[in-house]
This record gives sequence, structure tokens and C-alpha cells, in this order.
Amino acid sequence: MNRTYCDDNMQEVHRRNWTHETLIPKLGIVTDIRIDTPDIKTFRVIGPDGGVCFSYIPGQCAMLSIPGVGEAMFSITSPPTNKDYMEFSIKKCGCLTEWLHQIDVGQQITIRGPYGNGFPVETDLKGKDLLFIAGGIGLAPLRSVIKYALHYRENYGNIDIVYGARSAYDLVYLREIQNEWRIAPNVNVYLTIDREQEGWTGHVGFVPDYVKELNFETDKTAIVCGPPIMIKLTLKALEELGYKKNQIFTTLELKMKCGIGKCGRCNIGTKYVCKDGPVFRCDQLEQLPEEF
Amino acid sequence: MLKIYKNKWPELFFKISCSRELYMPIEKDGQIWFGKWNEDAKVRFDELNTVKSPKDFFFPQSENIVAFKAKGKNISILEKRDESQPFVVFGIRACDAESLKILDRIFLAEPIDTFYKTRRENATIITLACSEPEETCFCSTFEIDPVNPGGDIATWIIDDVLYWQSLTKKGHTLTEDVKGLFEKADQQDEEKIYSHKKGVKVILSKLPLQDLSLEGFKNGNMLAIFNSPKWRELSQACIGCGTCTFICPTCHCYDIRDYDTGHEIQRFRCWDSCMYSDFTRMSHGNPRHSQIERFRQRFMHKLVYYPANNEGVFACVGCGRCILKCPVSMNIVKVARTWEANKALEVKNDE
Repeated sequence: MNRTYCDDNMQEVHRRNWTHETLIPKLGIVTDIRIDTPDIKTFRVIGPDGGVCFSYIPGQCAMLSIPGVGEAMFSITSPPTNKDYMEFSIKKCGCLTEWLHQIDVGQQITIRGPYGNGFPVETDLKGKDLLFIAGGIGLAPLRSVIKYALHYRENYGNIDIVYGARSAYDLVYLREIQNEWRIAPNVNVYLTIDREQEGWTGHVGFVPDYVKELNFETDKTAIVCGPPIMIKLTLKALEELGYKKNQIFTTLELKMKCGIGKCGRCNIGTKYVCKDGPVFRCDQLEQLPEEF
Repeated sequence: MLKIYKNKWPELFFKISCSRELYMPIEKDGQIWFGKWNEDAKVRFDELNTVKSPKDFFFPQSENIVAFKAKGKNISILEKRDESQPFVVFGIRACDAESLKILDRIFLAEPIDTFYKTRRENATIITLACSEPEETCFCSTFEIDPVNPGGDIATWIIDDVLYWQSLTKKGHTLTEDVKGLFEKADQQDEEKIYSHKKGVKVILSKLPLQDLSLEGFKNGNMLAIFNSPKWRELSQACIGCGTCTFICPTCHCYDIRDYDTGHEIQRFRCWDSCMYSDFTRMSHGNPRHSQIERFRQRFMHKLVYYPANNEGVFACVGCGRCILKCPVSMNIVKVARTWEANKALEVKNDE
């Protein structure tokens, strides 16, 4: 006999979560705005009672919104070891981000989350030598992992960070990189910019080429994030160095609305980036249609 | 099993509508839609498919989810959702009833969509068995039985008699309320229903889409199907109007948007379509930049991705609405037939 899925038994099972509705946001208050580059600002956000709005793991995301303007998914750039506030580094590139770049400290926003799987900081990455490779604003989601690894330094091996941007002005977290990351034990930072620039004495060239040039040992776990073309070329560079796909993690960005794998927007193959990602191991990505 | 004669149907509808809102296939401007029943409503049990499927009752075309008030730098969040009362949908066909199970797997999966769930729980589904399946029907491809349509209560109409069989607890509750209007069906009635079902099966077996097979999509190599050059040819006529997604009982993509009412910001969600160019457009580009990719996404989702995540269940129920409504006559049957031909060719080559 046909029975509807939502039969009496199922109703009991579902009642346990009756009050939970993830599409309804909470309130967040912007307590600090830092200008990182000409088009990137880092926003510090707390809940109405202070502290973080919810707990999360590195690599997870949140839906931020200015009601009436729009809602969009952003990676949480602060590490979960910080319970005082959450940080979001946001590049001005669309309607909502333009608006966010105009707000002042004290502005309230709405926030919901956390969304996504996050990086496997307590499993696959633990005990490993880590190689972070980022381009432009792509460092934002990796910062959470880097700071997490620096906080639990004894749980991770050597850390190499390759970071590049269009120009020296476009490098985010530069002060933090120089004052915190560079001086941490067994951490190497390699910065590069796309074109020669007056006053810049560091490396010049694209990130994928620099990665090849640096000729890293292949016993590391690589974590890559940046513009799609940079990710593609970096994966190629790593493979040329001898890296296998299951040694490389990346985080994807697609249009999202619900954040819970229902609205259909971020669907690639059998996965929903908002729920099954945004972090994927590259051998998993290989199983998916190339639509990212 | 109970039965009620046609002259007493209005009384039955009235009785149901006294305690719950009653929705039925009703004629409006020459078309049949699910609408709220009243004494003047022109109920049309003879029409096979309503224009829009009953998914509207559970996942409305547009619904408010939350509102905001902004004053200076401050925002207040006003949680108010549209009230849902117990209601009855009478006259859902087997295919549409099955589509609800497909939607359940999306909306009732963790984290549960409570908007959908509330409505689902408030609803009592009265299905209506098909008597005259049409040429566009292909529910049998999905092993749906149009003469045993399920739901909380299943009904059959033979001549001037409506037969009524309650199947669930919700169905029994409603039946208790209206039992007085019915007569008990006897052995003769059972036999009548049995031969009626048999007759419908004969009609079904003669329909043109009864041999439609989706074997080509089962256990297939997802990437091989995705990368097939056939999508270009198939999608060529598609104008991206999105009609197929709107009338489809299983399409469930949605958008979330804000609307300034003048005194508050209303956040609502509404149906959206993967056939639209801005569906995946981001400020830095669009991963599906032409109609080929959008067209492919819709069918890949129904025939490959959804089954892969849901024990092989396809996200189609064979209602045939897209066959009737697509302005360029492109539909899931043509996609399936293309792969059938492909499969036949492969077999031939193997030989």
C-alpha cells in the first residue's frame, strides 16, 4: 500500500527539530572595519550579547545580509579559537559588497550559519606539513586554517605559505603576515606580486609559476584558494612537482541562496557546494562535472 | 471501502470544508487549477492534469519567510510566517502524489525546511485514480500505479459513484467526520473497481510512451553523460523560458529576495529556474554561461544527480505537463529517447 513519506512515524522523528529554521538569520553587530587593500575590507562582527554569533570550524561560511540590499555567502576568516568575534574579509565586487564597504562601525547586519564542511583540521591535516597557496582574496578562507594551525602549533608540521596578488597594495593581512606568521616557528612565507612595482623588492610573478620555482617537497598537504584560473594552474603546477590529487584541498565558490543544499543553485553533479563543500579534496573534484 | 453517489458529492465537499480548507481541481477561465472549493466552484474530476501541480500547497510559488525593520544602524528581525491551517487537497493524481515524496526527500532532509514541513503535516491528501490516461502519460516508467494512487485517502470514480478508501491515520480522521454521507461498498462494487482498474491498465499499455526507458541513465557514468555532445543538439531549441520548471511537480529550486514594502523589508522565497541565465551568475562570472549548460543541468539533476543521492529514484513522475506546455516541444521524453537510441547503437556496435 502506498504511504506518504510524511506519515505518522516520520512526523515524530521530525518533531524533535521543530523550532529549528535555518533560513532565519540572527543579528550581528559590526564592531571594527579594517581597510586591507583598496577594494578589500575586513569586518569584525559580534552577536548582540557579544562574542561569536555561532561556533564553527575553519573553512566554514556564513550568510551575511543587509536587509533590502541582499544576502550572500562569505567565508569566515577568523579562526574558531577566537571566541570574542568573527571576521570577514570582503572584496568590493557586487551589490551587497559595495554596500558593506560603505557602512560604519556600529552597523547591524544579519548573519546565519555556519554552512559547509570546513577544512579537516582535526583529521587529514593534523600532523602534516602544510603548504598554503593563495591568490588575492583567496587568502581569506585560508587565514582561518593558518591561524588555527598556528594556535595549535604542536599539532601540525612545517607550514609554508605562498601568497600572491596583483600588486603590493592588493596583498591582504600584510601586517599580520609580517608580524605574526613570519616569525612563528617553522613557518615560511613567500609573497609575490604579478608585475614589477616601485619599492617592491620581493618576488614578482604569478603564483602557479612561483610554486613551481619553489620546488616544494611532495610530502606536504597543499591547500589552495584563489580565482578559478589561479586554482586551475596551481593544481597543474603541483602535479608537475609530483603532488597527487588526494594531497591537495581547495575551497570553491558558487552562487548560493539557502546554504543548506535545497535551493539548487550551487549544485555541481551530486554535490551541493554549500553543504558538501566548499572544501573539496582534488581527487573528489575530479569526479564532478567541471562547472566551477 | 466506502461509496458515495454523484448527487451527494456537493454535500461531501461542504462537510469537508466545514472543518478544513478544501482544495480541488476547479475550472477557472477555461483551465483547470487547484483552487479553494466553494458552492459555486466548477469541480473538474475529469481533467487529468491541473495547470500547476499541487506542489504549490507545500512549496508555494512565493512565500514570506522573515521581515526586517531598519532604523539608522539598527535592524530588528521580525519572525512572522504565514499561518498554516489543516487543509485537504482532493483529486491529486498518482503521479503528483508521488512527486510529494520526491520533494520530501529534499525539504524534510536535515536541516528540515519547517515551512514545508508544517504544510505537509497540515495536509490530508485525497488522491483520485486515473480513468482515462492520456498520450502524454508515462508514470509507469517510474513504477507509479495510476489506478492505486495512494495518499491519505484514495478514491476511484466509476460512472456516477465515487469510491473512497482511507489509508492512513490522517485519512481515518477525516473519514470519521464524513462517514455519515457514505454507503458501504459491497462485493459487487469491489468487482466493478477491479474490472475498471483492469480496463485502465489496458488503455495504459496502448499509450505511446509506455515503452519509455531510462535505463541509459541508470548506473551510468555521470561524467560521460555530462560530456555527451548530444546536449548541444537537444538544447538548441530551448529559449530558457522556464515554463517546464514552473509546471514540473518535482522542480524545487528557489530564490530568496528582499522587498521594501515601504514600512518594512520583507524577505521572501520564490520559485526559481535553473533554466535562467542569472541562476548561477556571480559578480565574478557565471559557470553556466550558455543555455546548453542550463538545459543540461535540469535533466542531469532529474535523471542522474538526484537518483545518485536518492537510491536510484528519478526526480520525474511522468505527469506529462512539460510535454504539453513547452513552447518549443522539448521535453524529458525527447532527452530519454535520445539516450535510448544511443544505448541501442552501443548494443549494436558491441555485437
